[in-house]
Amino acid sequence: MTVASAKPSRTFTPAGSGRPRKRRDTQQRLAFWLLLPAGVAVFGVIVYPILRTLLISFFEVNSALATVTPFVGLQNYAHVLSSSGFWGAMGRTVYFTLVSTALELVLGLVVAGLLNAKLKARWVFRAIVVIPWAIPTIVNAAMWKGILNAQYGALNALLTQLGVIDQYQAWLGDPTTALNMVILADAWKTTPVVAFFLLAGLNSIPEELYDAAKIDRAGWPRIFRSIVLPMLVPSISIVLVLRTIEAFKVFDIIYAMTRGGPVNGTQTVAYYAYMTAFSDQNFGLGSALAFIIVLVILALTAFYLRLLRRSEMSLL
Amino acid sequence: MKRATRYSILVHGGAAIVSLVILAPFAWMVVASISPQRMLITTPLRWIPDHLYLDRYTEIFRGSAGGTGAAFRAALVNSTVVASGTVAVAMLVGILGAYAFARLRFRFRRSVLALFLLTYMLPQISLLIPLYLILNVLGLLDTRVGLILVDCSLVIPFVLWILSNYFLTIPVELEEAARIDGTSRLGALFRVILPAARPGIFAAIMFAFLLAWDEFMYALIFTSSTAAKTVPVVISEFAGRYTTDFGLVAAGGILAALPPIVVAIAFQRYVVSGMAAGGVKG
Amino acid sequence: MKIAFSRARSARVATGLAAAAALTLTGCSVTGASTSTSSTAQDDATGTINVLLMKQAGYSETDVATMIEQFQADNPDIKVNPTFVSYEALHDKIVTSAPAGTYDVVHLDVIWPAEFASKGIISDVTDRFPSEWKNDMLGGALTSAEYQGKYYGVPWGPSTKLFFYNKDMIAQVGATADDLKTWDGVLAVAKKIKDAGIVQYPLAWSWSQAEALVCDYAQILGAFGGTFTDDSGKLAVNSPAGVEALTWMKKTIDDGLTDPGSLTFLEDDTDKSMAAGKTAMEINWESTFRDLNDPSISQIVGQGAVAVTPAGPSGANPGVNGSMALAISSTSKHQAAAWKFIEYVTSEAVQEQFVTSNMTNWKASYAKPEVTKNNPEVFAAAGKEYDSMILRPPVANYNSVSQALQLELQNALLGKKTPQQAMDDAVKAANSQG
Repeated sequence: MTVASAKPSRTFTPAGSGRPRKRRDTQQRLAFWLLLPAGVAVFGVIVYPILRTLLISFFEVNSALATVTPFVGLQNYAHVLSSSGFWGAMGRTVYFTLVSTALELVLGLVVAGLLNAKLKARWVFRAIVVIPWAIPTIVNAAMWKGILNAQYGALNALLTQLGVIDQYQAWLGDPTTALNMVILADAWKTTPVVAFFLLAGLNSIPEELYDAAKIDRAGWPRIFRSIVLPMLVPSISIVLVLRTIEAFKVFDIIYAMTRGGPVNGTQTVAYYAYMTAFSDQNFGLGSALAFIIVLVILALTAFYLRLLRRSEMSLL
Repeated sequence: MKRATRYSILVHGGAAIVSLVILAPFAWMVVASISPQRMLITTPLRWIPDHLYLDRYTEIFRGSAGGTGAAFRAALVNSTVVASGTVAVAMLVGILGAYAFARLRFRFRRSVLALFLLTYMLPQISLLIPLYLILNVLGLLDTRVGLILVDCSLVIPFVLWILSNYFLTIPVELEEAARIDGTSRLGALFRVILPAARPGIFAAIMFAFLLAWDEFMYALIFTSSTAAKTVPVVISEFAGRYTTDFGLVAAGGILAALPPIVVAIAFQRYVVSGMAAGGVKG
Repeated sequence: MKIAFSRARSARVATGLAAAAALTLTGCSVTGASTSTSSTAQDDATGTINVLLMKQAGYSETDVATMIEQFQADNPDIKVNPTFVSYEALHDKIVTSAPAGTYDVVHLDVIWPAEFASKGIISDVTDRFPSEWKNDMLGGALTSAEYQGKYYGVPWGPSTKLFFYNKDMIAQVGATADDLKTWDGVLAVAKKIKDAGIVQYPLAWSWSQAEALVCDYAQILGAFGGTFTDDSGKLAVNSPAGVEALTWMKKTIDDGLTDPGSLTFLEDDTDKSMAAGKTAMEINWESTFRDLNDPSISQIVGQGAVAVTPAGPSGANPGVNGSMALAISSTSKHQAAAWKFIEYVTSEAVQEQFVTSNMTNWKASYAKPEVTKNNPEVFAAAGKEYDSMILRPPVANYNSVSQALQLELQNALLGKKTPQQAMDDAVKAANSQG
């Protein structure tokens, strides 16, 4: 992992020379004790479930109470990778992840800029921006479901009264539109999160750099490209990694808004795993699915970080 | 001068648009919660109800035990307890662990951080039954402690990731200065790094709180009574089986969002109070 | 101490692997369920039982609390703990808690006994069924928890879709309730209403791609004399009756009698559409009647009427079975006590006591005026309807079958496939899953 490379690497200069090995030992020991509580709190709870799920993924398990569970090795994995349902869900998830993350990043940057700007009653604006973030996902989903209702939703009412459309649309009735609407609902809630992350990054840019740029008569686009963006790379990378993981795992909003429909149009890969395991009670397949999802996310994340690491080094 | 006014108009205009986009859906929720259902289902939609229908709020605030109101009030308490507990535990272990990742050199550092992040990558759905069995054995089903336990497993990796990155942005010189004066590492952690990383700490607290408040699936399956049901679960039960009063869901939703909104508004000031407070400059 | 650190980690990993290996080697099933059901444990009717029930509809929490109080007074050795969850969470909770055996009695939807019985989640209670029940209980309700000839639960809260219509709109075109006894009659009246310009689309249905669509289709299928499955238990909706039913549905859209928005409606939407005065006739669950007369929801208070679902060309008019039932969890250690509780709450006396919340299973109730006076119209219609109900396919993988069916039904209704093609594809998809 690239914790060290998230910022220009600060080489740790040992205050005293000599005996590096002993220092390393003390650090190792201290690190162990410092990390033990976190390790226990996390792994103590989930290491058994993870191992058990992994185990189940190698068997054919058709019921929560299955007693006959033949060992099938990697067959579940093969089955998943060759099923069209999986690839359909994967395609949708990739689409969802890419579009929502890109949208949130761009909009988040704009909002972060506004949050950072000199506004009258800045705190009011900041308080407003925080609202969607604080609204629980379930509430957010229910709200958008009501707004997008085909028969009496507020969006339909607004658009017809403004003359934009002349007939009520079923926003959640068509598979592609429904997925886009879920992205909309997700972006509405999450852009503030991204904005605040980026704001913290923006805040760490020293004033002197801006002053120097102004002395050089640099225009805003230039300032953005040469000062803001490079300094924001650490914040952007944090956001990118976290949002990608979240978007790939997205479940709650789908559960509350569309239940994966229509025509499985909003069935992302995590929801597909849920349906396989809980609706069909096919736990072997469901478990295999879960681990495949982890591998995919891991690959994506590693890819991101490599990309960012490379670009960062070239800027410095 | 002109440039400044142009900039000011642009920025204020942008802020106004963003505010509108954010507040409009929420405002609709408020209106829906005080409109009778009859009004909500007519077309063309009338935006202002002809009379205020406050029954839903009365039911929620004054409803007798056993009704939706009592369940909602109990859920608010449960959510607060669970979220606060999770934040407390997560921040404590997170700060210690983040220091280790940010400042110490040890073998497997990258792998251990990777391992924590890996757990965050697993879809929670897949761990549902084994976790249920664990909680069952420990007698923690339908308890707030049980929820705190599982929520911590979700929140801690996240907090570790955020805090490690924040700690890294704090110049080593600050800490070195203190240690030259004789403070131990842990002392330096508490006296130098934490104050400097205050924005990051508050950011992590806010995240942890909102994440725990928001958590739905575990709460849904692991709780069964008002002893532990959290707000998202109770809201999901507002919907009828075949019919739904959107106004009721809206009313509950608004009330459910208020505590996190209050927390977020209170904390965002600290998050963006600027690095000046952290003593980086000068 | 770096040795200690890495050793601790590797120790953890090693134990994990050892445990996994041990499990595999012992041949113990991975779910932890044992093959020998210890039915010897605690089979006297005593103990504490946990009951998992649905909230939001049917018996309210206060109703159940009273039932439990009365039951515990009669049975001092049994203690009952109720848990209420929403319908959406019910299935997941039953599945998740099965290995842990948390609940002794679980509330089921009629579409789950096939799945749960074949996967060993609920117990066979055929032997416990008193023989009188087969005569005293309404025929349609009785099959609610039946699977492959055995009973796996007791009906508790029968439910079906009844036919609702706007009395005023019907009267305006000179029609009466008699004209609505057959679907042909309904279409004729609908055409008159449309021509008179009273509403643009007289009929509304819940044909969104959800379970609601299968329910609506079931009633039309029944009206045409068809069934979902053939004798071998496989989906057979591509039979002539199955295709006719679907063709009929599509035609109502083509003729402009059915609101095209129906393809995105759930029961809530058809209910609200009628309450807002935009629809003249619909089929929907019993609770709709209450909504139509609720002034805070409806604009047509007093104008709604309810009747038995119209008959099709075959003369049959079964309602779709949407009942709920109570079953005993197979991992329960108090099966006898659980049965006593179920017997009590499903008995005629108790069901009649709370008849304002839910209908009863028993034929006798529908003849008692003191029972029906609470909701005479609905009782009159439901009493007849419950006697003949059509079941949705009782197959173990009902969920996937339903999904395939919903998809193909919509394909036909949207005009993307012919009804025959759609039904053939549905059968193919359903039966290929095995």
